[in-house]
Amino acid sequence: MGAQVTEVSDVDTIETAAVETDTVRMNMIQAINSALDVMMARDATVTVMGEDVGYFGGVFRATAGLQGKYGKTRVFDTPITEIGIIGVAIGMGAYGLRPVPEIQFADYIYPALDQLVSEAARLRYRSAGEFTAPITVRSPYGGGIFGGQTHSQSPEGIFTHVSGIKTVIPSTPYDAKGLLIAAIEDNDPVLFLEPKRIYNGPFNGYWDRPAENWSKHPGGAVPSGYYRVELGKAQVVRPGEALTILAYGTMVHVCRAVVEEAGVDAEIVDLRTLVPLDIETIEASVKKTGRCMIVHEATRTGGFGAELSALVQERCFYHLEAPIERVTGFDTPYPHSLEWAYFPGPVRIGQALEKIMKDV
Amino acid sequence: MASEHPRANLPPLSLHVPEPRFRPGDPVDFAAVDVPAAGSARRPDTATPAGEFHELAYTLVRVLDDDGQAVGPWDPKLSPDMLRRMLRSMVQLRAFDERMFRAQRQGKTSFYMKALGEEAVAIAAAYALDRDDMCFPSYRQQGLLIARGYPLVEMMNQIYSNSGDKLGGKQLPIMYSAKDFGFFSISGNLTTQYPQAVGWAMASAAQGDTRIAATWCGEGSTAEGDFHSACTFAAVYRAPVVLNVVNNQWAISSFSGFAGAEATTFAARAVGYGIAGLRVDGNDALAVYAATQWAAERARTNQGPTLIEHFTYRAEGHSTSDDPTQYRSAGEPNAWPLGDPVRRLKDHLIAVGEWDEERHAAQDKEVAEEVKAAQKEAEKNGILGHGLHQPLDSLFDGVFEEMPWHLKEQRQQMLDEETASGRPWARK
Repeated sequence: MGAQVTEVSDVDTIETAAVETDTVRMNMIQAINSALDVMMARDATVTVMGEDVGYFGGVFRATAGLQGKYGKTRVFDTPITEIGIIGVAIGMGAYGLRPVPEIQFADYIYPALDQLVSEAARLRYRSAGEFTAPITVRSPYGGGIFGGQTHSQSPEGIFTHVSGIKTVIPSTPYDAKGLLIAAIEDNDPVLFLEPKRIYNGPFNGYWDRPAENWSKHPGGAVPSGYYRVELGKAQVVRPGEALTILAYGTMVHVCRAVVEEAGVDAEIVDLRTLVPLDIETIEASVKKTGRCMIVHEATRTGGFGAELSALVQERCFYHLEAPIERVTGFDTPYPHSLEWAYFPGPVRIGQALEKIMKDV
Repeated sequence: MASEHPRANLPPLSLHVPEPRFRPGDPVDFAAVDVPAAGSARRPDTATPAGEFHELAYTLVRVLDDDGQAVGPWDPKLSPDMLRRMLRSMVQLRAFDERMFRAQRQGKTSFYMKALGEEAVAIAAAYALDRDDMCFPSYRQQGLLIARGYPLVEMMNQIYSNSGDKLGGKQLPIMYSAKDFGFFSISGNLTTQYPQAVGWAMASAAQGDTRIAATWCGEGSTAEGDFHSACTFAAVYRAPVVLNVVNNQWAISSFSGFAGAEATTFAARAVGYGIAGLRVDGNDALAVYAATQWAAERARTNQGPTLIEHFTYRAEGHSTSDDPTQYRSAGEPNAWPLGDPVRRLKDHLIAVGEWDEERHAAQDKEVAEEVKAAQKEAEKNGILGHGLHQPLDSLFDGVFEEMPWHLKEQRQQMLDEETASGRPWARK
């Protein structure tokens, strides 16, 4: 994956300008790196492991410098076996460590499904709390980087279907750091999916326009020390009255760009945690606006959008003034050359927007 | 045209599908099973590099000979007292299994699995390991708990999923969890415990601890990816772990050939990973003890992992859910050339003048009474399907440390259903 690595390796050179005393400009990789650094310094049981995470610092550089600082027994490269990475992390957790394994791409997580679904997610329940799996599995997900079908997938819906595991997806460097710290401190297994398209900067959905970086985005201002963004709390990132848009990760930024360009006063709710979901914020927003659009990059059928749609229908039906709109990736593998035809970009979102607003 | 094809003269390909030697009704002759003489395998120093004793992965480490004598370099030279303790644990395990198997047949629980014929594997290992070493067992190592003195009543409470069950009725019978006894929560999914044991051992090493880990799986489930991932990790980081493969010949109805036994031994898997491999007579408690002790010493002195194949025989069905006479010859258990592990240890104690038939018969009776009394005690806490043994809403406990809103909602729904249904649990 030379192309991606080269692209994202540039993040190392992005300037980190002090914004306030202890707040600096970070991109999402730097924020994740900072969260790991902060937690490794605070808690000697935090252990980072994964393919290429040690000396090299990860193919996206998220663990850069950590091995040098904390040593090889706390930050180490692993054999290329996701079953082993997760299984070993569970065993380390049972010992009393707090492992943060990295799965290099979310597309590679499937061999580890049994260890995640049948083991990590069930250990507390099946042992009546004798053993737990306080592990945080970090993994870059999503497309938009010409990664082809094995470096672009969004598998969150597979995991939100599993009882006993939390699923977290940040959309800014600030949230990434605070959520990752909260995830590491959580005593249950957390899948922490990182939208790799926005590692470097927010993305408006127009792949043919100049790329932005995080230097001007409010979410790029990140405290250098410890702070938490609590799991299970969504954030209204754009208040509005016309409709509610539920999104997470990369799609938060795409939606924002689209509604602003279209001049629609949408309220955008960044879910941040899919399980446990912040249903109160969702419900309050949809009841206020009377319209709900759900946007994710993942495939459509059985996706998390289906769950969101069902929940909104169950709870807000009598407040709805239009059918719920779902904007998603297509039910195909993620294509390489045609990835922008697959991606739920401004056109698809714009058409759904027109449809949901047409009888206002 | 076929005749013009460059491979036209070759016979067509054929697919090999393994077939066990004996099926129901077949006379059994295990002459083809190679049983090397007791005492014939050499015992390398525990500091010997793994590459220097590959032959130990292809032979059988055996200590007890046909006359009940302990012979050769692997004789662990245990005190008579230790031998009697091991024998008692094995007898306890057998009696426990018999009683719980019958309890399942009587409808007192849903499921049970016996370790008949392979009692030495878990019992001798438990005595050879230190009490605080961490065990990651499969579902047939209940002997570890018995040898470590876990109360039989607690095991039965779990089997009955009753009000005394420390796991709150959440797990299938025999899927124990006993952290204080160094016994990891058993999974029903096969060999998932292998990489977990390696991870525990790696953590122990990383923390500068002195405890090691041990894990067990069946020969059938060495085919799982988890097994191979675990071996790779164990080799790469020289994890202080003892990897046990219990080759009891049968994985439900699939004989060991479906895991590769026609081509090589399971201990030989170690050779490819560059870790120490031993193949051991699993019905010889002294051999199992000696091999485990040797492997534990290697682990504890940073010599890394050892893979031990315990060559044994599953004398019962896989579980209460299968009838072994439907897929294998009924003559197999009695014809097994390595004998009965309980009788072999008993014969040894008698041969060295430390035991006799009268004491053994008395012990059998005493143990049977002990198990019966434990059962009576456990059944005071209820049996499966007879009454509500756990608070209904405990169904939702332990999914997460803190219960999220959606589980609270579902819990309320369940309680409402219970009210609407007239509380059937409470009815006589």
